[in-house]
Parts: sequence; structure tokens; C-alpha cells
Amino acid sequence: MTIHIKNGLLIDPTGSCESKTDVFTEGNLVVGIGKPPPGFKPEQTIDAKGHWVIPGLVDGQARLREPGQTLKADIASETRAAIKNGITSLCIPPDTQPEIDNSAVVDLIHHRNAKAGNRCHIYTIGAFSRALEGEHLANMASLKANGCIAFSNAGRPFINNLVQRRAMEYAAGEGMLVIIQPRDDDLYADGCAHESAVSTRLGLPAIPEAAETAALAKDIELVGQTGARTHFGQLSCARSVDMIRQAKANGLPVSADCAMHQLFLTDHDIGEFDTNKLTIPPLRSQSDKRALREGLADGTIDSICSDHQPHEADAKLRPFPSAEPGISTFDTLLPLAIRLVEENVLSMPEVIAKLSIAPARILGLPAGQIALGELADIVIIDPDVHWLCSGRNFSSRGKNTAFEGWDFNAQVLHTLVAGQVVYSAQPG
Amino acid sequence: MPANNLQLDENGKLQHFLSIEGLNQKILTEILDTAGTFTSVTDRVIKKVPILRGKTVANLFFEASTRTRSTFELAEQRLSADILTLNVDTSATVKGESLLDTIHNLEAMQIDMFVIRHKDSGSAHFFAQHVRPGVSVLNAGDGQHEHPTQAMLDMYTIRHHKQDFTRLRVAIVGDIMHSRVARSQIHALNLLNTAEIRVIAPRTLLPVDTESLGVQLYDDLEQGLLDVDVVIMLRLQKERMRGALLPSEKEYFNQFGLTQERLNRAKPDAIVMHPGPANRGVEIESSVMDGNQSVILQQVGFGISVRMAVMSMIVGRSGLQASE
Repeated sequence: MTIHIKNGLLIDPTGSCESKTDVFTEGNLVVGIGKPPPGFKPEQTIDAKGHWVIPGLVDGQARLREPGQTLKADIASETRAAIKNGITSLCIPPDTQPEIDNSAVVDLIHHRNAKAGNRCHIYTIGAFSRALEGEHLANMASLKANGCIAFSNAGRPFINNLVQRRAMEYAAGEGMLVIIQPRDDDLYADGCAHESAVSTRLGLPAIPEAAETAALAKDIELVGQTGARTHFGQLSCARSVDMIRQAKANGLPVSADCAMHQLFLTDHDIGEFDTNKLTIPPLRSQSDKRALREGLADGTIDSICSDHQPHEADAKLRPFPSAEPGISTFDTLLPLAIRLVEENVLSMPEVIAKLSIAPARILGLPAGQIALGELADIVIIDPDVHWLCSGRNFSSRGKNTAFEGWDFNAQVLHTLVAGQVVYSAQPG
Repeated sequence: MPANNLQLDENGKLQHFLSIEGLNQKILTEILDTAGTFTSVTDRVIKKVPILRGKTVANLFFEASTRTRSTFELAEQRLSADILTLNVDTSATVKGESLLDTIHNLEAMQIDMFVIRHKDSGSAHFFAQHVRPGVSVLNAGDGQHEHPTQAMLDMYTIRHHKQDFTRLRVAIVGDIMHSRVARSQIHALNLLNTAEIRVIAPRTLLPVDTESLGVQLYDDLEQGLLDVDVVIMLRLQKERMRGALLPSEKEYFNQFGLTQERLNRAKPDAIVMHPGPANRGVEIESSVMDGNQSVILQQVGFGISVRMAVMSMIVGRSGLQASE
């Protein structure tokens, strides 16, 4: 298959530029930018006049709920939702059921993705420890051989710091990336909301800032000790941004991301016990939100993830402390990214970079850019479509949005994965 | 949905009673005035009025309660309601039925009003959001959030003894962190324009930014009690002693227990209150609890009138008709 994408505004996150440039693909690769290779005959032409052409988005953390919780969502439903929203590479954390602590589960996930038509690339993050119990190391080398791109304990605790140190050392020896969601379970206790005037007023068990930062301080020390290349996921606190900035200044091999919703929502959005705003880590304060945005702009925060967590309706139809945490975020990832540009946090190429080339480089994925010889994962967007966000209309099976009623811009028109058009919007 | 939208109908009348926060001074005053008319009912030989005749009230206690449940039941009986009381920890939710299904099953039995106590903060709002229009929810305590009828009976007791809130200094002593009563009391005292609200507690029993509720903090009981008109002691749950929150009952009593000597620092006519059940010798000395400044038993009695008032306001009739 050869495709000519013409007249579009190419947003190149590597060169930080926007220009009217045609793109040519053949097979699964990009074969021409600006001008076609000699003898190129397009079998399909996509007119992108007035539209944006961006690399397919790379999501470093998304739960598809399969295997184990297919009541909530599954690989077929969520990959369909992903491509409809411009996401072409997904990384699954190891807390599936069963956990990604053995090669059979890795194979199962890829098998299910193939059965669903391989609409988008799925990458698995292996478990650090067996069943994520934090006690015995998982067979990391075998998992790596089976395609796991990194190792993580998915926010679950190690039984002690020694096991964590050993896990990080072992991963470093295998040359593998370590992913950590810094979390001190004792300080988390049974908390469900950021510790602040809001949790005090609502009488909600509170999660202090130190539940993240105390763990992060220890984790950074262990990076220094073990030399393990470490990515910190879903940071929520201003103080965490400072600590990462300092760790980078000290030359430690660290990177960091935050979830898109942390850049827009705060603890005040809980309102009167809105369970769609229940997240882990919790929605923090206005100043935390501001610091995350600053960290994003100055490069301390390298990338943004969706932290997609689709739920069935019943999971949220409970009193706040008993509801399940997490937001269904595939459908709002791209429009919120555009809002970051509208709110002058980042330029368009910068925000696309945070969602494509940056996570791809950290995770070592062949994705995230539109360049000669690279995989043709390409998304074409109409920036002039305005729509009102409603969970009911989500393409994800999870309707649990925290952005009900928000006004958004932009719609995905076409998504190409490895040179194949896997999604096209219905005209009109 | 904001609490005030949920609790008040389009005419500003009470349709649910979930939290003091979100209400206004007018409604609180109306509750106190209406409760006053019911106090005379409860003093009559035949203590019944027909305000809730033909209505069915379900008391759902997902958490144990003696005093609140029995005063709600008496209030309902005196308003002539039909009553269904469920101690739900022994009921369907244990079998895995969701809270929402429990609500809908009870609604199918034509319940008009739910009185609910549940361990989760926000559970009363949750119920109110999911019942059918026309069905009302009264919060009998949701987690660590609010216990609004308790706060209103406390306000009734204070007004009974002190009349004007705008001149009062009120001290609330003890476990603010875990206390839904304290949160409701603070909101109510502020709405009634209390001159000064003090909160006296060890740091481990104080949630962050407590000042943001509109109170002044004291670490020291003796300083905090100086010249106050009302002392509200909070119950210290025994299980709190087991964790790292407090070293021991003895040390707590030494630091924060109310003794006659300490009470003497308050105004001579200061009253002592406690929402119960009290731990004698832990937060309050027996002689103070039984002493002549204590109004603790009165509070219990007023609880019936206040709960009658709230329920009668919700069904839309005035207390004056009731006392005729």
C-alpha cells in the first residue's frame, strides 16, 4: 500500500516546526517527506488541506483491563478507542489479572491484539516481582526476551527497600528501564483525596503530599545507588517536580511523566463527592497543578500519559471512599493537549512531542515521529471541529470521564498504523 | 452537584437534610423554632401528632447507633409515621448487594423518607442523588463528614441556655479529625454568627487546614477554655488509642480531659456538652459529666424535638400546626 498525504500542516515534534508538507508512505514506512521517492505511485491519496498531520500518539500508561477485568473494557474495545483518538502505541502496566509476570500473559495480550486486528501497537511493561507482591523477583530476562519494554511494580509496594534495590539492580544489569509510581503505602493509608482544606471539609480520608514525595526521595536515592535508568510515572506534587529537577541536575538517569488530567483538575473539582474525580494519585492543589505545568514547560516532566482507566458504571456508583479510582481518558487526551497550547503552556510541536517522541525515546519504542524510514504511524486532525464532551459518546467502553460538559476542539479524521489506515471518521 | 442544590427545592425549602454546609441561617433558625414547638408536644400526655401519618420512614443504619437511632425512631413515632428500621450490617449488603440496589429495593416498598447512617463520607449525598424525586434523605452520620441533626440539637441546647449566638465563645475539644459531629457543629455555629469558635485538640486529631472551616486552633486546653460560654467535648473512640495517634488514655486525659479545675477557667455559667457516648475518665471527668454545668442529658431529649422539626419541615408542614 502506498499513500500520499497531501496539503496538510505537518507538525514535527523532533524539529519543533510546523510546515505545509506532503508525506508519502509505502508498506509500513514513511518513504517521503516533502517530495515522493522516485517512481512513487500513490494507491491512496488523503487530502489534508486545512488539517494537521501529526505522529501517532504514544501512551506510556493505559489500562485496557484485559486480561482479568473484561467487564470494564477489553483489548478490542480500547484499541478501537485508541486509534479513534489518535493513539497508536500503548504501554500496558503489569497489574492485569493475572499480572504480567510471565511470558504466557505477554503472549496472551499480543494474541488478543492480533485477534482484534492489530489496530495499534501494544507494548507490555513487565512485573518487577511475582504477582506484584514485592517479594520475589519476576523472571525479568525472560519477560524482556518476550518483548516487555520495561519493568514496574505498578505502584504496589515492595516488602522492603532491599527487595526494591535488588529489583532495580537486576533490571539495570539487563539494561532495562525501570518505571516507578512513587508511593508510600503507609502514608497513603486508606486515603482517597488530597490532604487539604477540601478533604478536611468533606471528611474524606486524606493522602498527604509526603505519600508521594517520601517514596520519591527514597526511589531517587536507589537510582543513585543502583544506576538503574528510571522513569517516574504519574507524578502529582509540586515538590516531586522539584526533586526530579534536582535529580536531573545531579546527572541521575531519570525521566518523569504526569497524567494529562493532573494538568487540568484539582482537589476542588471533587465538588460534592464526584466519584469521577476519584483518582490515585489524587487530584492535588492549584499550586501542584501549576508546578506540573511549569515542569512540563522546562523539560523536567518529559512526557504526558493518559493513565486511562475505563470502568463499568457500577464502579463509580458508590459513595466516594468506596468507589474505584481512575478516569477513562483516551477520548480526552488529544483535546486536552490542544488546550495546553491554547492556555500557552506549550507550543503545538512541544505538546505533540510530550505525547509522541518523548515517551517513545524513554521507552525505546520505534514510534513518535514522522521521518524517513520510520514506521508510518500518522494521525490527521481537523482542528476546527468543536464538540461538547460527554462520557456517553465516548469510544472507550469506560464512560467515566472527569471532563463531562467541557468544550473541546479538534477531531481525528484518519489514523494510520504502520502504513495502514486503521480509522477514518465518518464524513459529516 | 452542590449540596445546597440537592438539599433545597426550587423554593428554598428543605427536601433532604444532608449537611449543615450548604444551608443558610434562615433554615437553621426555622429548624430551631420548629423544634421549640415540638418540645411542648413531647411534654404532653399523648405525645403524638399526625404530621407523618400514612408516610413510611426507613431507618438504615449501616453503622451501629443507639442514641441517634432511638431518638429518630421516637421522633418518627411521635409524628405518626410507619417505621422500618434496618441494621444493615446484618442484612443484604453482607450478601453482596450494592448500596444502590438496596436503595431501589426499599423504594419499591414505597418508602417516603430514608434516615441513613453509613461509614463512607458522602454516602448521604449519594443516596439523595439516586432516590426517586419526592423521596427524602436524612443524614444520620456519613463517615467523617457530617452529622447535621446532632449539630442542630446541639445548637438548640445552646440557644436554650444562652439565647444569642453572636456573643458566644464556644470551644470544641477532642478528636476533630474523625468527627462528623464537629464538622457539622462548626458549620452551624458559623451560620448562626457565633462570635468565636475554638477548636482544642492534639495535632494528630486535627485535620489539615482546620482553620479554613472558620475556627481558631488551640493546642492547650487550659488556654482554650479561658472565658468560653460553651464547652463541647467530643467522644474519643477507644480504637483510636491503638494506633499512633495518641500515646495512652492516661496521657490524653492529662492533656485534654475536662476536669472541674479546668472548667473553672471558662465563664462561671458555662455549659458542658457531649454528643455521647462519653468515656468517663478519658475525655471527661465523671463529676463534670454529672455536675450542674452539664447539659448532656438535656441534649438527648432535645434530639427528639429537633429530628421531629427537620422531618416535619421536609414533609412541608409547619410546627405551629402540629402543636395546635
